[in-house]
Amino acid sequence: MGEPVEIIQTPIRLEYQYTPGVSRSRYLKGLIEGKILGERCERCHKVYVGGGSGACARDGIPMSDVVELPHVGTVTSFCIVNVPFAGATVEIPYTMAAILLDGADIPLNGLIQEIPADQVRMGLRVEAVWIPAGERTFTETIKHWRPSGEDDAPIDDVLKWMRADA
Amino acid sequence: MANPSDVLTALHVLEYPYKRSVGPVIGRFLSGLREQRFEGIRASDGRVLVPPVEYDPQTAQELSEFVPVGPGGVVTTWTWLAEPRSNNPLQKPFAWALIKLDGADTALLHAVDAGDEATMKTGMRVRPRWKAERAGHILDIECFEPEA
Repeated sequence: MGEPVEIIQTPIRLEYQYTPGVSRSRYLKGLIEGKILGERCERCHKVYVGGGSGACARDGIPMSDVVELPHVGTVTSFCIVNVPFAGATVEIPYTMAAILLDGADIPLNGLIQEIPADQVRMGLRVEAVWIPAGERTFTETIKHWRPSGEDDAPIDDVLKWMRADA
Repeated sequence: MANPSDVLTALHVLEYPYKRSVGPVIGRFLSGLREQRFEGIRASDGRVLVPPVEYDPQTAQELSEFVPVGPGGVVTTWTWLAEPRSNNPLQKPFAWALIKLDGADTALLHAVDAGDEATMKTGMRVRPRWKAERAGHILDIECFEPEA
């Protein structure tokens, strides 16, 4: 007789075939090429970026007007991560921010580096730091965002953008 | 619309390495499997429950009288699995069956390696095929197979 059994392993594993769809596929392929591609709604003229559904959330119509966006934007909101977790690759504390690219109407989420976490602020101007071409994968393209060195965007512009009727 | 070949697709695996404590009764049942023994537990109405449970299903009374059962048994119901998945105990077509071990009053779920669906019958006699390396787990029984 061995030791009585007290604990058993009951692993659960689910294998999915994930398909990002037309819009997000185009966005991801753009990132591999070093381009940030958005889409403009022909009715409301809002520019979406980040690879959503490919339909305008306001008008519910497909967007086929592809727009290439600059690699600079403004921090509209952010969150400082202080809690370590399994699989984390970035040293804490670090900042995840909503970054409104110039010309876009919806922010991207991005990791902010090259500035202490407690100095990140609404209105901070940031630019993308890319993984070198040829080394990018569909999950690793923009390494992080860093301060661009420009003056902060006026806080009123940020707040105005954040209003529901903007 | 975009050409379908423009759309990306990728494998996404979601995996949780759960562990669970089994308690004294299931723990003893699993420890028995490691020794190629089946043990049920006697309920307050006299029935022998397999797999054993800690508390009586009717009275909620704590149960403690272990009863040796099996190793052979009878298929009480079954379903044929023509296309096994990677996590199934057998990698060829087999039956999931409820098996009432000799001396038991309730049935245990396990795989039956019958070779062919036509071999499967409710009421058929089966016996366990044990794994050579046993760890105290329900899969110490590789599967059940028709009695010769």
